[in-house]
Amino acid sequence: MSEILSAVAFDKDGFMVDANAWTPEIANALAAREGMELTERHWVVLNYCRTEWKTKGEAPTLRNINKNTDVGTKELYQLFPGGPGKLAAKIAGLKKPTGCI
Amino acid sequence: MMTPDVNIIKKDIRKLAIIASKGSLDMAYPPMILANAARMAGIEVHMFFTFWGLDIITKKKMNGLNVAMVGNPNMHPMVHIPSIIGMLPGMSALGSWMMRQEIAKLDFPPVGEFMQMIVDTGASVYGCKMSMDMMKLKKEDLIDGAEVLGAMEFMEISEGAQLLFV
Repeated sequence: MSEILSAVAFDKDGFMVDANAWTPEIANALAAREGMELTERHWVVLNYCRTEWKTKGEAPTLRNINKNTDVGTKELYQLFPGGPGKLAAKIAGLKKPTGCI
Repeated sequence: MMTPDVNIIKKDIRKLAIIASKGSLDMAYPPMILANAARMAGIEVHMFFTFWGLDIITKKKMNGLNVAMVGNPNMHPMVHIPSIIGMLPGMSALGSWMMRQEIAKLDFPPVGEFMQMIVDTGASVYGCKMSMDMMKLKKEDLIDGAEVLGAMEFMEISEGAQLLFV
């Protein structure tokens, strides 16, 4: 796992420098580093983050994820216990969302 | 906006306590937005609602909060509204309606929905016992998930937290 990450460039907060270099394998390795194992439900969120980033150029806010996937607030916090705002974006290889909500 | 050097401090913030004491529409959003932002960043949050702030978590009132048109120096949405106009019946309702539209445009939920969201994030929400006695409110009158607490208990819970008074 860690060999995958050693080839990836991160900023000092642990976010990937180049979102284009992201792969699902990197996501798995990043999740493992956070002590998580990605499930199908995580992937609903991560895939949505990637899609949003492709069209809008940045990670979606939690409210956006809430409204456009079937993952509610409670579940988001269960899936990404370290603070879903930052964590979902980080594992999806994106910068943290700039939106306030 | 990236401000890289604040991270030294940021790493230590693990707990935020917010006291919300105002129940007008414009004073309801700052504590909610900050609480939600803190939870998104993984910070533990405790919110204490006291006096008029209780309206924010009172089921019957939360979605009918108003802005004051008189004595509110910031209330100049498109044009300045002189106090004498603000005194007219219906002006506060109109101003509140306008503000709700603006809030919705930014995709912020209405107060009731926002508070429910904050409860769902795992933030702790407390109603001040003394204020509730004064306003004849019971736990059932508050949003689901809220607890009733005395000020001293809140002091214990918020030990070591950063404190915000709104």
